[in-house]
Amino acid sequence: MSALPRRAASLRLILGIALVVAGPIPAYAVLPGEVLADPVLEARARALSQELRCLVCQNQSIDDSNAPLAADLRVLVRERLVAGDSDRAAIEFLTKRYGDYVLLRPPVRPSTWPLWFGPLAVLATAAAGIVLFFRRRAAAAGPTPLAPEDERRLARLMNEGRDT
Amino acid sequence: MRRALFLLPLVAFITVAAWFAIGLTRDPSKIPSALLDRPMPEFTLPPLQGANVPELSADAVRGHVALVNVFASWCVPCKAEHPVLMRLARDKRLPIYGINYKDWWEDSLNWLKELGNPYTAIGYDDQGRIGIEWGVYGVPETFVVDRDGRIRYKHIGPITPQVLAETLLPLIERLEK
Repeated sequence: MSALPRRAASLRLILGIALVVAGPIPAYAVLPGEVLADPVLEARARALSQELRCLVCQNQSIDDSNAPLAADLRVLVRERLVAGDSDRAAIEFLTKRYGDYVLLRPPVRPSTWPLWFGPLAVLATAAAGIVLFFRRRAAAAGPTPLAPEDERRLARLMNEGRDT
Repeated sequence: MRRALFLLPLVAFITVAAWFAIGLTRDPSKIPSALLDRPMPEFTLPPLQGANVPELSADAVRGHVALVNVFASWCVPCKAEHPVLMRLARDKRLPIYGINYKDWWEDSLNWLKELGNPYTAIGYDDQGRIGIEWGVYGVPETFVVDRDGRIRYKHIGPITPQVLAETLLPLIERLEK
């Protein structure tokens, strides 16, 4: 009699945990028919797909996108991997046809240096400027020693006081 | 000298702002082709049965300046550019080759029957695989191919009379020289 409610409660707890765990998993666009039987190849294909831009919807990867072209490219990537291509070869297959634009992460090369290192350069310049500014101000804040002429004048004034 | 130093941030800001302003005038949906000035992909496509024009292959395209137009009956902008292609075909200016991209055979045939067929040859790319070889990501797309079979220009979107007169025809003339 008391066993049943307890079991129901634990079931509810398990379901609750399952919901919390499953909730944040994003829904990917990969269709069941596209999935490869080999889990290792499929995992590689998924990883590659997440790095490849869908050219139709541009800010989605082909792994996320429901566009027909994205589906075609997902199948294509899987075919290349099944045919024995390395990850790099599969990516190269696509960049040859669509350019670096298919890569969500732009490659580091002279033409993309401003993109990769520009922010760092701005940060470094700003940091150098701030350091310079505070150093100068610190130097200016200290008491300035009197010029030799002022020193003599001060001494003279002090002596005058002592005489009277 | 000191004053010039104070102007430095302003100059830097204007430079960056100008750079971004130029970027804003460009259409991000138009991705420059990676195949520009490269040989067109080697391919052979079956004909569109019933269209009464031969199948399409790279060998057929090579040898003269030509247009390769990627189209589909489901594509609305294709319908918009169709009269321009028809006029160009009537002038017999240069061969226009069609790649029928991911289309239903019957729809495509009806479409050509209704609107006319400007194509010298049509390749039926039902899986869109040859489209990928050409770097196609949306239809319509039109390539200008030179005598040696090199892709010299790619137009993304429908060919308007203005695009034809101001961009495509001058380029074709230059290539034919």
